[in-house]
Amino acid sequence: MEIKKGIGVSPGVVISTAVVLDAENLVVPKRQIAPADVDAEAQRFSAMLAKTLEDRTHLRDDVAARQGDQIAGIFDFHLGILRDKSLIDQILAEIRVRHSTAEYAVSTVMHKYADVFTKMSDRYMSERGKDVHDVERELLRRLIGQNRPDLLHLTSEVVLIAHDMLPSQTAALDRTHVRGFATDAGGRTSHTAIVARAMGIPAVVGLADITAEVNGGDMVILDGNHGVVIINPDEQTITEYRESERRRLKVESDLAALQGLPAQTLDGYLISLQANIEFPEEVDDAIHRGAEGIGLYRTEFLFLAKEREPSEEEHYGAYSDALLRLKKRPLVIRTVDLGADKYTQGRAANPERNPFLGNRSIRMCLHDIPMFKRQLRAIMRASVLGDVRIMFPLISTLMELRQAKMVLNDVMEELEDEGISFNRDIPVGMMIEVPSAAIMATQFAKEVNFFSIGTNDLVQYTLAVDRTNERVAGLFCPGHPAVLELVRDVIRKGTRGNVGVSMCGEMAGEPLYTLLLLGLGLTTFSMNSPDIPEVKRIIRSTTMEHARAVARRVMSFDSERQVMHYLRDETRKIDPEAF
Amino acid sequence: MPTASRDIIVSNSLGLHARPAMQFVDTANRFHSRVTVSKGGEEPYEADGKSVMQMIILAATQGTPLRINADGDDAEAAVNSLAQLFADKFGEE
Repeated sequence: MEIKKGIGVSPGVVISTAVVLDAENLVVPKRQIAPADVDAEAQRFSAMLAKTLEDRTHLRDDVAARQGDQIAGIFDFHLGILRDKSLIDQILAEIRVRHSTAEYAVSTVMHKYADVFTKMSDRYMSERGKDVHDVERELLRRLIGQNRPDLLHLTSEVVLIAHDMLPSQTAALDRTHVRGFATDAGGRTSHTAIVARAMGIPAVVGLADITAEVNGGDMVILDGNHGVVIINPDEQTITEYRESERRRLKVESDLAALQGLPAQTLDGYLISLQANIEFPEEVDDAIHRGAEGIGLYRTEFLFLAKEREPSEEEHYGAYSDALLRLKKRPLVIRTVDLGADKYTQGRAANPERNPFLGNRSIRMCLHDIPMFKRQLRAIMRASVLGDVRIMFPLISTLMELRQAKMVLNDVMEELEDEGISFNRDIPVGMMIEVPSAAIMATQFAKEVNFFSIGTNDLVQYTLAVDRTNERVAGLFCPGHPAVLELVRDVIRKGTRGNVGVSMCGEMAGEPLYTLLLLGLGLTTFSMNSPDIPEVKRIIRSTTMEHARAVARRVMSFDSERQVMHYLRDETRKIDPEAF
Repeated sequence: MPTASRDIIVSNSLGLHARPAMQFVDTANRFHSRVTVSKGGEEPYEADGKSVMQMIILAATQGTPLRINADGDDAEAAVNSLAQLFADKFGEE
């Protein structure tokens, strides 16, 4: 048994057989053809090109229909390459003048372009080398007549192991058989991660050498929740995972019963459960699982899908799509939270030495007011279509909050001058995810309508732990007494200041913390929608009185170990099915 | 044969990346004229304005000066339309 740690980019667990795609750079033997065969060879190439263009166009339309234009946009450049007359002429010349086989001609010409692209200093443009490579492989595969042994003709369920998944491969996955994938390369914001999340397939990337470690046919456990792949797991591990999988399925089957029921404690306190989303399409699933609204709409996807800033219309399109699906339920739109990631760091002229303490999130927006305004305009225009609320991330000082609100006011004035309608009373809130904001919650409460506690960053900044760094990830724990004290104070100060307090970090969706958070007075929980049923069940199994007693006890502990043990025991007492 | 040319500066923030390059090529293809785009400086290059691959190779980031050349009976109209794309920042704003 071997455990490999990577980055979980799409949640879920799957236990299955591995299919390994080697990082084959389809080696093409240099081969000349007889001068007499030149016409036939050119013809063969042109026919294959036409067929590829046709299939790719279908693939694009297909993806557009299933996952929307934003994701399908990834393929537009591929189509542009396949229609590039200059490129095609070069390949044909290679065949006609140098008597190359079509395979060799494609490979030589396209490699030259891919190399030039890859060497470009502009990160965005150098990434296009991958697209050229993707199209080249597709053409070669067809020309060589080598059908991919893989994705299209699977007969049983598999986990796919590859060096890197190309966007077109990811989108073409046969979902009935491919249950998840793991790759050597890739990051949280790669195309592949985004597409995988949209398709709901668990995925772990950044595993470094997983393709070398796994043999085709090996049993693997892919745990997208924790970013782990276990190769040839022992019986006990399989049993544990099967058990947790069984519980998950059980919870799923209880879903129908729970869906229509309120998240209400036994003594009658009503709690609001909401969902975190990245794509407007996720709204449907969230509602299906019982979400009363969207407590966190992450808008970064709009930037990541196209690797450029979206236009005001693209923002507006996404927001109105989400609102339409929500049918008057609330939508909390978080303004863009980019910065400490590959997308921005890779493109920056001077990558920051300490990006998590650098120009990220609201700071980045305040440094680029035109960009910020485009998003705010779109949000305000959408504000008349439903219950829209606006939330600023990573606020660390009052000045930042005031500046952000000032920009929002400017945008409202501009819209007013232009005669465009918007909701002037739009609720404005902020994330509490920096210790300074948590400590000053009383002052902040006077200037916003709501707080939303972002536990991932709050834990990272309070405990000084980067949880993607495996050497210290073990220190990352929302149950640390210091974190709990901040959470308690924020809820208390917010409630006294008459602002709504919700939590949208991962802690809100972890059943282990539900009793504690209830007892601390949290009334709105926002989480990934698969977590909603279980959290709801715990809420429905306890009384507020009991939850308060649990919270009091927890706040007396001085180590996270005590906290976790106690919470586990208490939760099991009221809900034996939990965990 | 009429020819026309125009000097422009790439002003949209992301430069001539995939989407603007495709927009340029699509527009160029609406004209009969041969269209080229040349870049001076340390790495001079002349791209076929109807080839998206060559347009990317220009590596025209924001601030890069370029010359659009057209050669054919609709050269003037082609250059006007293509220069307009840059003036409109490819709809980025």
